Amino acid sequence: MVDKGSAEVRAGAGLFLRIVPPGLYAGRARVLVERSFMVYRRAWLSFVSGFFEPLFFLLSLGYGFGRLVTEVEGPGGQLLSYPVFVAPALLAASAMNGAVFDATYNIFFKFKYAKLYDAMLATPLGPLDIAIGEISWALLRGGMYSAAFLSVMLGMGLITSAWALLALPACLVVAFAFAAVGMAATTFMRSWQDFDLVQLVVLPLFLFSTTFYPLSVYPPVMQTVVTWTPLYHAIELLRGLTTGIPSWSMLGDLAYFAVMAAVGLVVAARRLGTLLLK
Amino acid sequence: MDAIPSRSTGVVVGPVRAVMLVVEKQWTWYRRNWRSTAISSFLQPVLFLLAMGFGFGSQVQPGAVTGGHSYLVYLAPALLVVTTVQNATWESTYPVLSSFIWQKSYWGAVVTPVTPAQIFYAQLTWIGLRLVSSALVYVAVAAALGAVGGPGVLLAVPFAVLAGLAFAAPVVAFSATRDGAEGFTGLFRFVVIPMTLFTGAFFPITQLPGWLRPVAWVTPMWHGVELARGAAFGTLRLVPALGHIGYLLVMGAVGVVLGRKYFRRRLAV
Repeated sequence: MVDKGSAEVRAGAGLFLRIVPPGLYAGRARVLVERSFMVYRRAWLSFVSGFFEPLFFLLSLGYGFGRLVTEVEGPGGQLLSYPVFVAPALLAASAMNGAVFDATYNIFFKFKYAKLYDAMLATPLGPLDIAIGEISWALLRGGMYSAAFLSVMLGMGLITSAWALLALPACLVVAFAFAAVGMAATTFMRSWQDFDLVQLVVLPLFLFSTTFYPLSVYPPVMQTVVTWTPLYHAIELLRGLTTGIPSWSMLGDLAYFAVMAAVGLVVAARRLGTLLLK
Repeated sequence: MDAIPSRSTGVVVGPVRAVMLVVEKQWTWYRRNWRSTAISSFLQPVLFLLAMGFGFGSQVQPGAVTGGHSYLVYLAPALLVVTTVQNATWESTYPVLSSFIWQKSYWGAVVTPVTPAQIFYAQLTWIGLRLVSSALVYVAVAAALGAVGGPGVLLAVPFAVLAGLAFAAPVVAFSATRDGAEGFTGLFRFVVIPMTLFTGAFFPITQLPGWLRPVAWVTPMWHGVELARGAAFGTLRLVPALGHIGYLLVMGAVGVVLGRKYFRRRLAV
Protein backbone atom coordinates (compact mmCIF):
# COMPACT_ATOMS: atom_id res chain seq x y z
CA MET A 1 0.00 0.00 0.00
CA VAL A 2 2.75 2.42 0.97
CA ASP A 3 6.11 2.36 -0.78
CA LYS A 4 8.43 1.80 2.17
CA GLY A 5 11.52 1.62 -0.05
CA SER A 6 11.25 5.18 -1.24
CA ALA A 7 10.89 6.43 2.31
CA GLU A 8 13.91 4.56 3.60
CA VAL A 9 16.43 5.72 1.00
CA ARG A 10 15.84 9.37 1.87
CA ALA A 11 19.19 10.87 2.92
CA GLY A 12 19.46 12.10 6.51
CA ALA A 13 16.13 10.58 7.41
CA GLY A 14 17.49 8.24 10.10
CA LEU A 15 16.43 10.08 13.24
CA PHE A 16 13.23 11.23 11.61
CA LEU A 17 12.25 7.68 10.77
CA ARG A 18 12.87 6.59 14.34
CA ILE A 19 10.33 9.14 15.57
CA VAL A 20 7.90 8.56 12.74
CA PRO A 21 7.88 4.90 11.67
CA PRO A 22 8.42 4.21 7.95
CA GLY A 23 5.34 3.56 5.89
CA LEU A 24 3.65 6.66 7.20
CA TYR A 25 5.27 9.04 4.76
CA ALA A 26 5.70 8.99 0.99
CA GLY A 27 6.99 12.55 0.55
CA ARG A 28 4.01 13.67 -1.54
CA ALA A 29 2.17 15.99 0.86
CA ARG A 30 2.03 18.68 -1.84
CA VAL A 31 -0.71 16.88 -3.75
CA LEU A 32 -3.06 17.53 -0.83
CA VAL A 33 -2.34 21.23 -1.04
CA GLU A 34 -3.11 21.07 -4.73
CA ARG A 35 -6.41 19.37 -3.99
CA SER A 36 -7.41 22.02 -1.45
CA PHE A 37 -6.56 24.70 -3.98
CA MET A 38 -8.84 23.06 -6.53
CA VAL A 39 -11.64 22.78 -3.97
CA TYR A 40 -11.46 26.41 -2.87
CA ARG A 41 -11.42 27.69 -6.44
CA ARG A 42 -15.11 26.83 -6.37
CA ALA A 43 -15.80 28.11 -2.85
CA TRP A 44 -13.89 31.36 -3.11
CA LEU A 45 -16.58 33.33 -1.30
CA SER A 46 -16.16 31.45 1.96
CA PHE A 47 -12.42 31.89 1.51
CA VAL A 48 -12.56 35.64 0.91
CA SER A 49 -15.06 36.31 3.70
CA GLY A 50 -12.46 35.08 6.20
CA PHE A 51 -10.62 38.37 5.69
CA PHE A 52 -13.48 40.38 7.13
CA GLU A 53 -13.98 38.83 10.52
CA PRO A 54 -10.82 40.16 12.21
CA LEU A 55 -11.35 43.43 10.39
CA PHE A 56 -14.76 43.91 12.01
CA PHE A 57 -13.26 43.11 15.39
CA LEU A 58 -10.44 45.57 14.81
CA LEU A 59 -12.78 48.39 13.82
CA SER A 60 -15.11 47.74 16.73
CA LEU A 61 -12.52 47.22 19.42
CA GLY A 62 -10.04 49.75 18.19
CA TYR A 63 -12.42 52.59 17.58
CA GLY A 64 -15.56 51.92 19.61
CA PHE A 65 -14.01 50.37 22.71
CA GLY A 66 -10.88 52.43 22.21
CA ARG A 67 -12.71 55.63 23.12
CA LEU A 68 -13.70 54.17 26.46
CA VAL A 69 -10.05 53.60 27.28
CA THR A 70 -7.25 56.07 26.75
CA GLU A 71 -3.96 54.26 27.23
CA VAL A 72 -3.06 50.71 28.18
CA GLU A 73 0.16 49.28 29.53
CA GLY A 74 1.99 47.42 26.74
CA PRO A 75 5.23 45.41 26.59
CA GLY A 76 8.00 46.74 28.83
CA GLY A 77 5.51 48.89 30.75
CA GLN A 78 5.16 51.28 27.82
CA LEU A 79 1.79 53.02 27.49
CA LEU A 80 0.04 52.32 24.18
CA SER A 81 -3.13 53.69 22.63
CA TYR A 82 -5.88 51.04 22.76
CA PRO A 83 -5.99 50.20 19.01
CA VAL A 84 -2.19 49.72 18.97
CA PHE A 85 -2.53 47.47 22.02
CA VAL A 86 -5.39 45.33 20.79
CA ALA A 87 -4.54 44.89 17.08
CA PRO A 88 -1.59 42.47 17.43
CA ALA A 89 -3.59 40.41 19.93
CA LEU A 90 -6.43 40.10 17.43
CA LEU A 91 -3.90 39.06 14.82
CA ALA A 92 -2.62 36.32 17.12
CA ALA A 93 -6.16 35.24 18.04
CA SER A 94 -7.20 35.05 14.40
CA ALA A 95 -4.12 32.94 13.62
CA MET A 96 -5.18 30.60 16.42
CA ASN A 97 -8.86 30.50 15.51
CA GLY A 98 -8.23 29.95 11.80
CA ALA A 99 -5.75 27.16 12.46
CA VAL A 100 -7.86 25.42 15.09
CA PHE A 101 -11.08 25.51 13.10
CA ASP A 102 -9.42 24.34 9.93
CA ALA A 103 -7.72 21.52 11.80
CA THR A 104 -10.81 20.40 13.71
CA TYR A 105 -14.15 20.97 11.93
CA ASN A 106 -12.87 20.71 8.36
CA ILE A 107 -10.65 17.73 9.02
CA PHE A 108 -13.29 15.90 11.04
CA PHE A 109 -15.75 16.30 8.20
CA LYS A 110 -13.30 15.03 5.59
CA PHE A 111 -12.22 12.21 7.86
CA LYS A 112 -15.52 10.93 9.14
CA TYR A 113 -18.09 11.88 6.51
CA ALA A 114 -16.36 12.52 3.20
CA LYS A 115 -14.02 9.53 3.83
CA LEU A 116 -11.47 11.53 1.94
CA TYR A 117 -8.45 10.12 3.71
CA ASP A 118 -9.53 6.54 3.21
CA ALA A 119 -9.49 7.31 -0.50
CA MET A 120 -6.09 8.97 -0.26
CA LEU A 121 -4.53 6.05 1.59
CA ALA A 122 -5.53 3.81 -1.29
CA THR A 123 -2.94 5.78 -3.29
CA PRO A 124 0.79 6.02 -2.52
CA LEU A 125 0.18 8.53 0.32
CA GLY A 126 0.79 7.88 4.01
CA PRO A 127 -0.87 9.41 7.08
CA LEU A 128 2.05 11.77 7.57
CA ASP A 129 1.59 13.07 4.03
CA ILE A 130 -1.99 13.80 4.98
CA ALA A 131 -1.01 15.55 8.20
CA ILE A 132 1.67 17.66 6.53
CA GLY A 133 -0.44 18.42 3.49
CA GLU A 134 -3.46 19.55 5.49
CA ILE A 135 -1.38 21.64 7.86
CA SER A 136 0.49 23.27 4.95
CA TRP A 137 -2.78 24.27 3.35
CA ALA A 138 -4.06 25.68 6.64
CA LEU A 139 -0.83 27.68 6.91
CA LEU A 140 -1.08 29.04 3.38
CA ARG A 141 -4.62 30.13 4.03
CA GLY A 142 -3.83 31.55 7.47
CA GLY A 143 -0.76 33.30 6.08
CA MET A 144 -2.88 35.12 3.51
CA TYR A 145 -5.32 36.28 6.18
CA SER A 146 -2.49 37.41 8.44
CA ALA A 147 -0.85 39.33 5.61
CA ALA A 148 -4.15 41.06 4.83
CA PHE A 149 -4.65 41.93 8.49
CA LEU A 150 -1.12 43.32 8.77
CA SER A 151 -1.72 45.49 5.70
CA VAL A 152 -4.86 46.89 7.31
CA MET A 153 -2.91 47.61 10.50
CA LEU A 154 -0.25 49.36 8.45
CA GLY A 155 -2.90 51.39 6.64
CA MET A 156 -4.45 52.48 9.93
CA GLY A 157 -1.08 53.50 11.34
CA LEU A 158 -1.09 50.79 14.02
CA ILE A 159 2.37 49.48 13.15
CA THR A 160 5.13 51.53 14.65
CA SER A 161 8.29 49.58 13.89
CA ALA A 162 10.16 47.66 11.20
CA TRP A 163 10.20 44.67 13.58
CA ALA A 164 6.66 44.12 12.31
CA LEU A 165 8.19 42.52 9.21
CA LEU A 166 8.76 39.47 11.41
CA ALA A 167 5.11 39.39 12.45
CA LEU A 168 4.01 37.38 9.41
CA PRO A 169 6.48 34.52 9.96
CA ALA A 170 5.61 34.63 13.66
CA CYS A 171 1.93 34.22 12.77
CA LEU A 172 2.80 31.18 10.68
CA VAL A 173 4.70 29.61 13.56
CA VAL A 174 1.74 30.20 15.87
CA ALA A 175 -0.75 28.86 13.36
CA PHE A 176 1.41 25.79 12.71
CA ALA A 177 1.53 24.89 16.39
CA PHE A 178 -2.22 25.34 16.88
CA ALA A 179 -3.04 23.44 13.68
CA ALA A 180 -0.84 20.51 14.70
CA VAL A 181 -2.39 20.26 18.18
CA GLY A 182 -5.89 20.79 16.76
CA MET A 183 -5.39 17.98 14.29
CA ALA A 184 -4.09 15.67 16.99
CA ALA A 185 -7.18 16.49 19.08
CA THR A 186 -9.47 15.83 16.12
CA THR A 187 -8.25 12.26 15.86
CA PHE A 188 -9.75 11.64 19.32
CA MET A 189 -13.17 13.06 18.53
CA ARG A 190 -16.18 10.80 18.27
CA SER A 191 -19.02 13.05 17.10
CA TRP A 192 -20.02 16.67 16.51
CA GLN A 193 -20.98 16.91 20.15
CA ASP A 194 -17.29 16.75 21.07
CA PHE A 195 -16.66 19.99 19.23
CA ASP A 196 -18.10 21.96 22.08
CA LEU A 197 -14.93 20.90 23.91
CA VAL A 198 -12.91 22.74 21.26
CA GLN A 199 -14.93 25.85 22.10
CA LEU A 200 -14.28 25.20 25.75
CA VAL A 201 -10.55 25.53 25.10
CA VAL A 202 -10.44 28.17 22.37
CA LEU A 203 -12.89 30.67 23.84
CA PRO A 204 -11.23 31.10 27.26
CA LEU A 205 -7.86 31.36 25.50
CA PHE A 206 -9.26 34.10 23.27
CA LEU A 207 -10.85 36.01 26.14
CA PHE A 208 -8.29 35.68 28.92
CA SER A 209 -4.86 35.69 27.23
CA THR A 210 -4.33 39.46 27.64
CA THR A 211 -6.10 40.01 24.32
CA PHE A 212 -8.23 42.91 25.53
CA TYR A 213 -6.44 44.10 28.67
CA PRO A 214 -2.97 43.80 30.19
CA LEU A 215 -1.75 40.98 32.41
CA SER A 216 -1.52 43.33 35.41
CA VAL A 217 -5.34 43.22 35.74
CA TYR A 218 -5.14 39.70 37.20
CA PRO A 219 -4.21 38.74 40.75
CA PRO A 220 -0.69 37.20 40.95
CA VAL A 221 -1.81 33.54 40.91
CA MET A 222 -3.95 34.07 37.82
CA GLN A 223 -1.06 35.91 36.14
CA THR A 224 1.09 32.81 36.49
CA VAL A 225 -1.64 30.56 35.06
CA VAL A 226 -2.18 32.90 32.10
CA THR A 227 1.54 32.93 31.27
CA TRP A 228 1.45 29.14 30.81
CA THR A 229 -1.20 29.25 28.09
CA PRO A 230 -0.27 29.24 24.39
CA LEU A 231 -2.18 32.25 23.11
CA TYR A 232 -0.52 34.42 25.75
CA HIS A 233 2.86 33.61 24.18
CA ALA A 234 1.52 34.33 20.70
CA ILE A 235 0.23 37.71 21.81
CA GLU A 236 3.47 38.58 23.61
CA LEU A 237 5.40 37.73 20.46
CA LEU A 238 3.23 39.72 18.07
CA ARG A 239 2.63 42.67 20.36
CA GLY A 240 6.35 43.01 20.89
CA LEU A 241 7.03 42.87 17.16
CA THR A 242 4.34 45.27 15.91
CA THR A 243 5.10 47.86 18.58
CA GLY A 244 8.86 47.46 18.11
CA ILE A 245 9.70 46.37 21.66
CA PRO A 246 11.60 43.11 21.07
CA SER A 247 13.01 41.11 23.96
CA TRP A 248 14.93 37.88 24.53
CA SER A 249 11.84 36.28 26.02
CA MET A 250 10.49 36.02 22.47
CA LEU A 251 12.90 33.13 21.93
CA GLY A 252 11.13 31.40 24.80
CA ASP A 253 7.79 32.05 23.10
CA LEU A 254 9.14 30.49 19.90
CA ALA A 255 10.45 27.46 21.80
CA TYR A 256 6.99 27.00 23.32
CA PHE A 257 5.46 26.78 19.83
CA ALA A 258 8.21 24.50 18.53
CA VAL A 259 7.43 21.98 21.27
CA MET A 260 3.70 22.34 20.73
CA ALA A 261 4.04 21.79 16.98
CA ALA A 262 6.32 18.77 17.35
CA VAL A 263 4.08 17.04 19.88
CA GLY A 264 0.94 17.79 17.85
CA LEU A 265 2.43 16.56 14.61
CA VAL A 266 3.76 13.28 16.00
CA VAL A 267 0.51 12.49 17.83
CA ALA A 268 -1.61 13.41 14.80
CA ALA A 269 0.41 11.25 12.39
CA ARG A 270 0.49 8.24 14.72
CA ARG A 271 -3.21 8.47 15.53
CA LEU A 272 -4.17 8.87 11.88
CA GLY A 273 -2.06 5.82 11.14
CA THR A 274 -3.84 3.86 13.85
CA LEU A 275 -7.29 4.97 12.77
CA LEU A 276 -6.85 4.58 9.04
CA LEU A 277 -4.46 1.71 8.53
CA LYS A 278 -5.88 -0.80 10.98
CA MET B 1 -56.77 27.15 7.83
CA ASP B 2 -54.53 24.41 9.10
CA ALA B 3 -57.40 22.09 9.90
CA ILE B 4 -56.29 18.54 10.29
CA PRO B 5 -58.18 15.92 8.33
CA SER B 6 -59.06 13.67 11.23
CA ARG B 7 -60.47 11.08 8.85
CA SER B 8 -56.97 10.03 7.79
CA THR B 9 -56.04 8.42 11.11
CA GLY B 10 -59.16 8.60 13.16
CA VAL B 11 -57.20 10.54 15.78
CA VAL B 12 -58.16 14.15 16.35
CA VAL B 13 -55.21 16.34 17.23
CA GLY B 14 -55.82 20.02 17.80
CA PRO B 15 -53.40 22.55 16.32
CA VAL B 16 -51.82 23.38 19.71
CA ARG B 17 -51.40 19.72 20.56
CA ALA B 18 -49.84 19.10 17.15
CA VAL B 19 -47.30 21.87 17.72
CA MET B 20 -46.52 20.58 21.20
CA LEU B 21 -45.95 17.06 19.88
CA VAL B 22 -43.19 18.35 17.63
CA VAL B 23 -41.77 20.38 20.51
CA GLU B 24 -41.78 17.19 22.57
CA LYS B 25 -39.70 15.53 19.89
CA GLN B 26 -37.11 18.31 20.27
CA TRP B 27 -37.15 17.92 24.04
CA THR B 28 -36.65 14.17 23.78
CA TRP B 29 -33.54 14.74 21.70
CA TYR B 30 -32.33 17.56 23.89
CA ARG B 31 -32.60 15.58 27.12
CA ARG B 32 -29.89 13.29 25.80
CA ASN B 33 -27.74 15.91 24.09
CA TRP B 34 -27.98 19.06 26.20
CA ARG B 35 -24.37 18.84 27.29
CA SER B 36 -23.12 19.71 23.84
CA THR B 37 -24.99 23.00 23.95
CA ALA B 38 -24.12 23.87 27.53
CA ILE B 39 -20.85 25.53 26.63
CA SER B 40 -22.10 27.65 23.75
CA SER B 41 -25.34 28.75 25.36
CA PHE B 42 -24.52 28.97 29.07
CA LEU B 43 -20.79 29.19 29.62
CA GLN B 44 -19.90 31.48 26.73
CA PRO B 45 -21.86 34.54 27.95
CA VAL B 46 -20.46 34.09 31.42
CA LEU B 47 -16.91 33.95 30.10
CA PHE B 48 -17.58 37.06 28.02
CA LEU B 49 -18.96 38.83 31.06
CA LEU B 50 -15.85 37.95 33.07
CA ALA B 51 -13.38 38.96 30.36
CA MET B 52 -15.07 42.09 29.07
CA GLY B 53 -16.89 43.19 32.22
CA PHE B 54 -14.13 42.64 34.76
CA GLY B 55 -10.99 42.50 32.61
CA PHE B 56 -11.62 45.12 29.97
CA GLY B 57 -13.91 47.00 32.37
CA SER B 58 -11.01 47.51 34.74
CA GLN B 59 -9.53 49.84 32.10
CA VAL B 60 -12.73 51.90 31.76
CA GLN B 61 -13.59 54.81 34.01
CA PRO B 62 -17.32 54.95 34.83
CA GLY B 63 -18.64 58.10 33.21
CA ALA B 64 -21.27 59.67 31.01
CA VAL B 65 -20.72 57.04 28.29
CA THR B 66 -21.59 54.18 30.64
CA GLY B 67 -24.47 56.06 32.26
CA GLY B 68 -22.47 56.45 35.46
CA HIS B 69 -22.36 52.68 36.01
CA SER B 70 -19.29 50.51 36.20
CA TYR B 71 -18.53 48.90 32.85
CA LEU B 72 -19.51 45.49 34.22
CA VAL B 73 -22.99 46.68 35.21
CA TYR B 74 -23.31 48.66 31.97
CA LEU B 75 -22.43 45.58 29.89
CA ALA B 76 -24.44 42.89 31.71
CA PRO B 77 -27.98 43.55 30.30
CA ALA B 78 -26.68 44.19 26.79
CA LEU B 79 -24.69 40.98 26.83
CA LEU B 80 -27.91 39.15 27.69
CA VAL B 81 -29.42 40.36 24.41
CA VAL B 82 -26.27 39.69 22.40
CA THR B 83 -26.11 36.10 23.63
CA THR B 84 -29.81 35.51 23.16
CA VAL B 85 -29.78 36.75 19.56
CA GLN B 86 -26.64 34.72 18.84
CA ASN B 87 -28.16 31.58 20.35
CA ALA B 88 -31.32 32.25 18.35
CA THR B 89 -29.31 32.44 15.14
CA TRP B 90 -27.48 29.26 15.90
CA GLU B 91 -30.69 27.38 16.75
CA SER B 92 -32.36 28.68 13.57
CA THR B 93 -29.69 27.54 11.13
CA TYR B 94 -27.94 24.19 11.50
CA PRO B 95 -30.67 22.33 13.45
CA VAL B 96 -33.32 23.46 10.94
CA LEU B 97 -31.25 22.54 7.92
CA SER B 98 -30.41 19.27 9.60
CA SER B 99 -34.09 18.48 10.13
CA PHE B 100 -34.61 18.95 6.40
CA ILE B 101 -31.58 17.27 4.87
CA TRP B 102 -29.52 15.26 7.37
CA GLN B 103 -31.80 13.93 10.09
CA LYS B 104 -34.90 14.50 7.93
CA SER B 105 -37.06 14.69 11.05
CA TYR B 106 -39.45 17.25 9.49
CA TRP B 107 -40.20 14.72 6.79
CA GLY B 108 -41.07 12.24 9.46
CA ALA B 109 -43.39 14.69 11.18
CA VAL B 110 -45.16 15.82 8.03
CA VAL B 111 -46.39 12.34 7.11
CA THR B 112 -48.41 12.41 10.34
CA PRO B 113 -51.42 14.73 10.75
CA VAL B 114 -49.10 17.66 11.47
CA THR B 115 -48.97 20.41 8.88
CA PRO B 116 -45.81 22.15 7.59
CA ALA B 117 -46.94 25.40 9.27
CA GLN B 118 -47.31 23.60 12.60
CA ILE B 119 -43.83 22.20 12.27
CA PHE B 120 -42.58 25.74 11.70
CA TYR B 121 -44.42 27.03 14.79
CA ALA B 122 -43.05 24.14 16.81
CA GLN B 123 -39.50 24.98 15.75
CA LEU B 124 -39.99 28.61 16.82
CA THR B 125 -41.58 27.54 20.10
CA TRP B 126 -38.65 25.26 20.81
CA ILE B 127 -36.17 28.05 20.05
CA GLY B 128 -38.14 30.32 22.38
CA LEU B 129 -37.93 27.77 25.21
CA ARG B 130 -34.18 27.39 24.71
CA LEU B 131 -33.74 31.15 24.76
CA VAL B 132 -35.76 31.61 27.93
CA SER B 133 -33.81 28.91 29.77
CA SER B 134 -30.38 30.18 28.77
CA ALA B 135 -31.38 33.80 29.52
CA LEU B 136 -32.48 32.85 33.04
CA VAL B 137 -29.25 30.96 33.70
CA TYR B 138 -27.25 33.95 32.49
CA VAL B 139 -29.15 36.38 34.72
CA ALA B 140 -28.64 34.14 37.75
CA VAL B 141 -24.89 33.94 37.13
CA ALA B 142 -24.61 37.67 36.39
CA ALA B 143 -26.42 38.43 39.65
CA ALA B 144 -24.06 36.13 41.54
CA LEU B 145 -21.11 38.02 40.03
CA GLY B 146 -22.55 41.34 41.17
CA ALA B 147 -23.16 42.54 37.60
CA VAL B 148 -26.85 43.23 38.11
CA GLY B 149 -28.00 46.61 39.39
CA GLY B 150 -31.56 45.71 40.40
CA PRO B 151 -34.66 43.59 39.76
CA GLY B 152 -35.33 45.47 36.51
CA VAL B 153 -33.07 42.97 34.78
CA LEU B 154 -35.85 40.39 35.03
CA LEU B 155 -37.85 42.55 32.62
CA ALA B 156 -34.82 42.47 30.33
CA VAL B 157 -35.28 38.70 29.92
CA PRO B 158 -38.56 38.89 27.93
CA PHE B 159 -37.12 41.74 25.86
CA ALA B 160 -34.03 39.68 25.04
CA VAL B 161 -36.16 36.68 24.10
CA LEU B 162 -38.38 38.91 21.94
CA ALA B 163 -35.32 40.21 20.09
CA GLY B 164 -34.06 36.64 19.70
CA LEU B 165 -37.36 35.37 18.30
CA ALA B 166 -37.79 38.40 16.04
CA PHE B 167 -34.51 37.42 14.40
CA ALA B 168 -35.05 33.66 14.63
CA ALA B 169 -38.29 33.73 12.59
CA PRO B 170 -36.76 35.15 9.37
CA VAL B 171 -33.61 33.06 9.85
CA VAL B 172 -35.61 29.83 10.18
CA ALA B 173 -37.43 30.88 6.99
CA PHE B 174 -34.07 31.45 5.31
CA SER B 175 -32.77 28.06 6.47
CA ALA B 176 -35.86 26.42 4.98
CA THR B 177 -34.76 27.62 1.54
CA ARG B 178 -31.22 26.18 1.81
CA ASP B 179 -29.84 22.93 0.45
CA GLY B 180 -26.46 23.20 2.18
CA ALA B 181 -24.74 25.05 4.98
CA GLU B 182 -22.73 27.42 2.76
CA GLY B 183 -25.06 30.40 3.24
CA PHE B 184 -24.69 30.23 7.02
CA THR B 185 -21.03 31.25 6.96
CA GLY B 186 -22.04 34.46 5.21
CA LEU B 187 -24.91 35.01 7.64
CA PHE B 188 -22.62 34.69 10.65
CA ARG B 189 -19.73 36.65 9.18
CA PHE B 190 -21.61 39.50 7.55
CA VAL B 191 -24.74 39.81 9.67
CA VAL B 192 -24.31 38.35 13.14
CA ILE B 193 -20.73 39.34 13.95
CA PRO B 194 -21.01 42.97 12.73
CA MET B 195 -24.40 43.19 14.45
CA THR B 196 -22.78 42.03 17.68
CA LEU B 197 -19.90 44.43 17.47
CA PHE B 198 -21.59 47.58 16.25
CA THR B 199 -25.03 47.76 17.84
CA GLY B 200 -24.40 49.49 21.07
CA ALA B 201 -23.83 46.50 23.32
CA PHE B 202 -20.17 47.10 24.11
CA PHE B 203 -20.13 50.85 23.50
CA PRO B 204 -22.85 53.40 22.63
CA ILE B 205 -23.60 53.74 18.93
CA THR B 206 -23.04 57.49 19.24
CA GLN B 207 -19.35 56.55 19.00
CA LEU B 208 -19.88 55.15 15.53
CA PRO B 209 -19.44 57.30 12.43
CA GLY B 210 -22.77 58.94 11.47
CA TRP B 211 -23.34 56.86 8.34
CA LEU B 212 -23.07 53.62 10.31
CA ARG B 213 -25.76 54.45 12.88
CA PRO B 214 -28.78 53.78 10.61
CA VAL B 215 -27.30 50.32 10.00
CA ALA B 216 -27.51 49.69 13.75
CA TRP B 217 -31.11 50.90 13.83
CA VAL B 218 -32.33 48.14 11.49
CA THR B 219 -30.81 45.31 13.54
CA PRO B 220 -32.96 43.52 16.12
CA MET B 221 -30.01 43.45 18.48
CA TRP B 222 -29.91 47.25 18.83
CA HIS B 223 -33.61 47.40 19.68
CA GLY B 224 -33.17 44.58 22.16
CA VAL B 225 -30.14 46.23 23.77
CA GLU B 226 -32.01 49.53 24.13
CA LEU B 227 -34.96 47.76 25.76
CA ALA B 228 -32.91 45.54 28.04
CA ARG B 229 -30.61 48.29 29.22
CA GLY B 230 -33.54 50.64 29.79
CA ALA B 231 -35.35 47.96 31.79
CA ALA B 232 -32.31 47.09 33.88
CA PHE B 233 -31.47 50.71 34.73
CA GLY B 234 -35.08 51.92 35.00
CA THR B 235 -34.56 54.53 32.28
CA LEU B 236 -37.02 53.09 29.79
CA ARG B 237 -39.66 55.54 28.53
CA LEU B 238 -42.98 54.42 27.11
CA VAL B 239 -42.93 55.82 23.57
CA PRO B 240 -39.44 54.67 22.54
CA ALA B 241 -40.11 51.32 24.22
CA LEU B 242 -43.27 50.81 22.18
CA GLY B 243 -41.33 51.75 19.07
CA HIS B 244 -38.64 49.13 19.75
CA ILE B 245 -41.19 46.46 20.64
CA GLY B 246 -43.25 47.32 17.55
CA TYR B 247 -40.21 47.02 15.30
CA LEU B 248 -39.32 43.61 16.75
CA LEU B 249 -42.90 42.37 16.43
CA VAL B 250 -43.06 43.43 12.77
CA MET B 251 -39.75 41.73 12.05
CA GLY B 252 -40.96 38.55 13.74
CA ALA B 253 -44.29 38.68 11.88
CA VAL B 254 -42.56 39.01 8.51
CA GLY B 255 -40.44 36.02 9.46
CA VAL B 256 -43.50 33.99 10.41
CA VAL B 257 -45.24 34.74 7.10
CA LEU B 258 -42.14 33.75 5.13
CA GLY B 259 -41.46 30.73 7.31
CA ARG B 260 -44.97 29.32 6.86
CA LYS B 261 -44.66 29.84 3.14
CA TYR B 262 -41.27 28.17 2.74
CA PHE B 263 -42.08 25.26 5.07
CA ARG B 264 -45.24 24.58 3.11
CA ARG B 265 -43.47 24.88 -0.22
CA ARG B 266 -40.81 22.42 0.86
CA LEU B 267 -42.82 19.93 2.91
CA ALA B 268 -46.31 19.92 1.38
CA VAL B 269 -46.82 16.70 -0.48
